[in-house]
Amino acid sequence: MQATSDRFVDNVRKALDNDILQQALGNVRVNFIEKRSQAVAGLPEFEDLREAGRILRDRVLADLDTHLLAFEAKVQAQGGHVHWCADAESARQTVLKICREAGARRVTKGKTMIGEEIGINDFLEANDIEPIETDLGEYIIQLRHEPPSHLIAPAVHVTQQQVEETFRRVHRDLDPKRDLREPSSLLAEARAKLRQRFLTADVGITGANFLVAETGSSVIVTNEGNGDLTQTLPRVHIALASIDKVVPTLDDLTLLLRLLARSATGQEMSVYTTLSTGPRRGDDHDGPGAYHVVILDNGRSKMVGTEKQDLLRCIRCGACLNHCPIYHAVGGHAYGWVYAGPIGAALTPALIGLEHAADLPNASTLCGRCEAVCPMKIPLPNILRHWREEEFQRGLTPPTVRRGLGLWAFVARHPRFYRLVAGLGARLLSGMAGSRGRLRSLPLAGGWTAVRDLPAPSGRTFHALYRQRRSGGGGKAGGGAA
Amino acid sequence: MSDRDAILAAIRTRKRPAAHGEPAVAPVPARGRIDGAARIDLFVRMAEAAAASVKRLSSPEEVPEAVAQYLAAQNLPARLVLASDPKVANLPWEDHPMIAHRTGPATGQDHAALTTAFAGVAETGTLALVSSPETPTTLNFLPEHSLVLVSAEDICGTYEELWRRLRLATDDGVYWPRTVNLITGPSRSADIEQKLLMGAHGPVKLHILLIDP
Repeated sequence: MQATSDRFVDNVRKALDNDILQQALGNVRVNFIEKRSQAVAGLPEFEDLREAGRILRDRVLADLDTHLLAFEAKVQAQGGHVHWCADAESARQTVLKICREAGARRVTKGKTMIGEEIGINDFLEANDIEPIETDLGEYIIQLRHEPPSHLIAPAVHVTQQQVEETFRRVHRDLDPKRDLREPSSLLAEARAKLRQRFLTADVGITGANFLVAETGSSVIVTNEGNGDLTQTLPRVHIALASIDKVVPTLDDLTLLLRLLARSATGQEMSVYTTLSTGPRRGDDHDGPGAYHVVILDNGRSKMVGTEKQDLLRCIRCGACLNHCPIYHAVGGHAYGWVYAGPIGAALTPALIGLEHAADLPNASTLCGRCEAVCPMKIPLPNILRHWREEEFQRGLTPPTVRRGLGLWAFVARHPRFYRLVAGLGARLLSGMAGSRGRLRSLPLAGGWTAVRDLPAPSGRTFHALYRQRRSGGGGKAGGGAA
Repeated sequence: MSDRDAILAAIRTRKRPAAHGEPAVAPVPARGRIDGAARIDLFVRMAEAAAASVKRLSSPEEVPEAVAQYLAAQNLPARLVLASDPKVANLPWEDHPMIAHRTGPATGQDHAALTTAFAGVAETGTLALVSSPETPTTLNFLPEHSLVLVSAEDICGTYEELWRRLRLATDDGVYWPRTVNLITGPSRSADIEQKLLMGAHGPVKLHILLIDP
């Protein structure tokens, strides 16, 4: 997929001005957060599971090659094939070769972020193979020629009215006067359209939430059942996975499943969790005749053993997106590539290069909600700080920001001067704000005040208040002074 | 160097031991570590919370009548496709001649199917269905009404117990089935403005027939 992460600032501006997008994003702010919190409250062991999950993933990453080889051996023993792909091009060619050898004209697809990463749809289309997304959200955005904007709710940026417009535009064979006012009628129409496609596809491509070394299985987790029709009905099943998806045993899988649905949608368990292992057995009446797993690296092995390794623990639940004030404000497309939200801001520079995504690590207030809800306890704010440091060291930071930081560093290193400037600034801003306590506009800070007021300081600095408290001798130092 | 060798070499040169010492023992939720009637009750409660319906029967002989009642209550024609698993196919269907049935995998035309679960998991109200010539996977996904037979003795408390039983049944994984479906309630989607809609691609209804003598 072509990245526009280097145009983040422009993307954000467009997103903030897009009223329809802003309306759609309102759904994220409420629903996901409430449901997750209820599910977590319903399982007393949740915090212990998070800690165990973190330790499990670290243990696997410490011996990743061994676990991948164990997985490969099991797949082969069950009659399946494993394809190792260093980069997106290698993965695209591998998928195309399998499709060609199967004489495929039509491919149905379950939801796969790796498929987005390697841009498989455009590539297959360019090679005269028709790819059909079957997850309802993915189907909607495929018809709209858009990338997903959320890990688990790919069409969360689309309103119901836009879905209706899209279906009327594309489903030309249906009665133009049909009633599509209810969301259930939109779902029924998509179900009927896709049912024909399921039954006539030659190859089914799915993602993989996990790979289980113990049994050589790829695992998908869905609510619709589209992924299961995709991997059951066609003659060939291809599962696209990345190297970080492997877990040693079924019990390890269970640990991560107990965290995944609760963190993602607030369900106890997603509706369908399916383990696929090899092709159909000799006497089976259904299931694919051939089973392939594509294991993609695409820059991940370089993260092993670095401070970015923690990102490889991610199980793609989307909780960090759902709780991020930046994601709430700008949605997923602004991030410019496959992964949005805090995980996108931290992972994208590692996979496509910091020079193509230098703004993303700055798209955070470092408020820490992402880390607080991450089921794998990924220290996202810390990793974003690492990227900011690297960005500065490599000279990728814009000159104005560098000068600003230089000025700040000078002031911060001279305490007397700092107090003088801070005292003057606090009094000045307090005076300008008057009794309202807020500033509508401020010279040199138009970027801030254009969309919100600046809360003004009370008029006295922290240092001054602290000194007063200490000399007054009462209370705990610092308490209430901020 | 092949992609395989390059990836493995890159991992090997960079990997470092995990900071924590001994492997952690993951907690098994206390909720599922119960037996007897409490376990069965939990299974039913959790399955219903996931929008499945559960009918408790005291013997397999009652299944055809329960199926007839379900189809009638749903205003469906008295017709369905059955798993060829003897637990389903050998039930006294001849006592209910008005139910038209055939056995085998499902097609796009079938409205209802009845198959058997390998087990249930009380912890989350989940069914574990395993593919075989007698229990084809299409039965679980193509029809709009999915009816599943499960015995109370096959209800596990936790997933750990499910995997123990499945390892045992497959000779430690040697005869591991092509497909293991863990199914919790009927198909759904919230992809249009987060509004929850039932019956996205899989079944609109999941009806569990629980044999609990």
